[in-house]
Amino acid sequence: MLEIKNLHVKLAEEDKVILKGVDLTVEAGKVHAIMGPNGSGKSTLSYVLAGRDGYEVTDGSAALSGVDLLDLEPEERASEGLFLAFQYPVEIPGVGNMTFLRTAVNAQRKARGEAELTAGEFLKVVREKAKSLKIDAEMLKRPVNVGFSGGEKKRNEILQMAMLEPKMCILDETDSGLDVDAMKLVSDGVNALRDEGRAFLVITHYQRLLDHIKPDVVHIMADGRIVKTGGPELALEVEQNGYADILSEVA
Amino acid sequence: MVSVKAKKLAPTDGMLSRHAAAPAASGWADVARASARARLETVGAPQRRDEYWSFTNPTRFVSDQPTAAQPLVTDEAAIFADADALVLTFVDGVFDAAQSGDLSVEGLEIQSLTDALGTDIHWAKDLFGVLEERGQNPVPRELAMLNTAVATQGFVLRATKPVARPVRFNYVQSSDTSDAVMHSLVKVDAGASLTVLESGTVAARCNTVMEIDIADNGEFHHVRAQGRAHDRQVFTAMFARLGKESVYKSFTLSMNGVLTRNEQVVEFTGDDAMAHVAGTCVGQGDFHHDDTVFVTHDAVNCESRQVFKKVLKSGATGVFQGKILVKKGAQKTDGYQISQGLLLDDEVNFLAKPELEIYADDVICSHGSTSGGLDTTGLFYLLSRGVPRPAATNMLVIAFMDEAVQEIADDTLADEMRAHIAGWLDRHSEG
Repeated sequence: MLEIKNLHVKLAEEDKVILKGVDLTVEAGKVHAIMGPNGSGKSTLSYVLAGRDGYEVTDGSAALSGVDLLDLEPEERASEGLFLAFQYPVEIPGVGNMTFLRTAVNAQRKARGEAELTAGEFLKVVREKAKSLKIDAEMLKRPVNVGFSGGEKKRNEILQMAMLEPKMCILDETDSGLDVDAMKLVSDGVNALRDEGRAFLVITHYQRLLDHIKPDVVHIMADGRIVKTGGPELALEVEQNGYADILSEVA
Repeated sequence: MVSVKAKKLAPTDGMLSRHAAAPAASGWADVARASARARLETVGAPQRRDEYWSFTNPTRFVSDQPTAAQPLVTDEAAIFADADALVLTFVDGVFDAAQSGDLSVEGLEIQSLTDALGTDIHWAKDLFGVLEERGQNPVPRELAMLNTAVATQGFVLRATKPVARPVRFNYVQSSDTSDAVMHSLVKVDAGASLTVLESGTVAARCNTVMEIDIADNGEFHHVRAQGRAHDRQVFTAMFARLGKESVYKSFTLSMNGVLTRNEQVVEFTGDDAMAHVAGTCVGQGDFHHDDTVFVTHDAVNCESRQVFKKVLKSGATGVFQGKILVKKGAQKTDGYQISQGLLLDDEVNFLAKPELEIYADDVICSHGSTSGGLDTTGLFYLLSRGVPRPAATNMLVIAFMDEAVQEIADDTLADEMRAHIAGWLDRHSEG
């Protein structure tokens, strides 16, 4: 599904190299987790895949179902089925959550040559999906993320994911700022979307999110590379011993 | 060699004589008119070298003829049509009773200025030109003097209790060379309230003044969507005086327009009152939009807010001149002022002159002015959801303007402004 080969990335404005040869393959239907210390390049990897400005790819490639992502605009990557759940979802005053969602859903459908949803069709789907995430009509009506609590913002991210039905979902520290109950709710939302045709890349500092969203594969990232790959037990090892052991082992 | 003073004085005869003389019967207004005329003849016409005209060239307000401006042709739904307002229609700045509503509204005394001028004795005598004259110090407002001296059109409103139904000034431009002067008075009695709405292009060139006197515990709300006939030249001035525990809220939306100068002169004379003056505009090309605001705190524990957001594209110019004056003894004043320019490309100008002048020691006053491009994080967020770039840009423009729109107290009116903005952006975006 997602194939990253030898990806090298530096900041566009300065000579700081952040990713130093990332190799990663995520198969359809699988959940991969990336853990790693601060500054290891985890979030940069998610931004580069989603197409954020300010980074320069100096070598390597990234493809989604065989389509080269790096040549596409962010909105084109989205239409190809890539979704990034933000660590800090952005507030958009004056734009209703529903208007935003419908614009996004229909723009993607249009880009893929599918029929756009009518207002009625859209409403039916969004209500149903919002309900399972405990998002009420009031929250749907409010401006995008404005006045939302940390938990509400993350639930709103998962609602967007559920509506856009991407193939490849990247979750960037979705657990940050969540209490136990909110983490459960968000995780349930993610688990409900697990599907043979869909893959997940879960970026996190902590093992606790992975108690709820059980990964098939865990990668440890350090200094711009994936330094170790293993099963779910690798996350437990990090939780107990920190990164020091692993980093000294691979050094 | 012509002296500076002579240059300033030279145009005043023409400015005064190009408008028809006021009806002779207007006894109660004669003093105010004569005073305004004399003041203008002493001060002279505004010119570029005047401190508060350095960012906006006043020549087209002073010239003998307006620059021709084609009326706007549109098939959009009328704005504020759902507000169930009493509609006062003005065609090229002249009241048209046939296209207006029945003037009987519970709690409201209402009359056209023309009719009021024909009355021997009128309460308007204590307001007409009075706040305008108070507002001339320390900064002269010559065009407002001209207005008081010559205006015969406008409306005179007095709320004697809370008035539920808004009054809407519905402007219709018919002639591409019309030159309108309108002067309206609003008196809000103690404990009364009134909402005034304005929409449409008054004329090719207009000079409109509104004097608003709010007694203790009174409330005045004002929401205005200015005319979008692009070439029109608009000067407006609102002079407000606030009594104890009163509320004044004014919001203006401007889209299109080669020349707009909106002045607001607000004075607190009673304690614990609140005034919020807000505006947002969006324009491109030869768009020029100027907000000039002067708030005087002369009472204790009053709150003032100025919120102005300007979206500028391909050559457009936005001007903000805002002042908070806190007089001696106006303790516990809470004054806030923000002006921001959203610059959508490198060809635009945002000129801001924020001023604070404070003579009391126990006050909170803050002002800020920023200019910059679109929020890149927000743009990335929207694009990453698959929203196409033009739509994403529009959403961020709406988000930027919304801080001003949020100043409208009535949610329905605020939403109507939002829809109006979104419609304009849709029509003006690429792709």
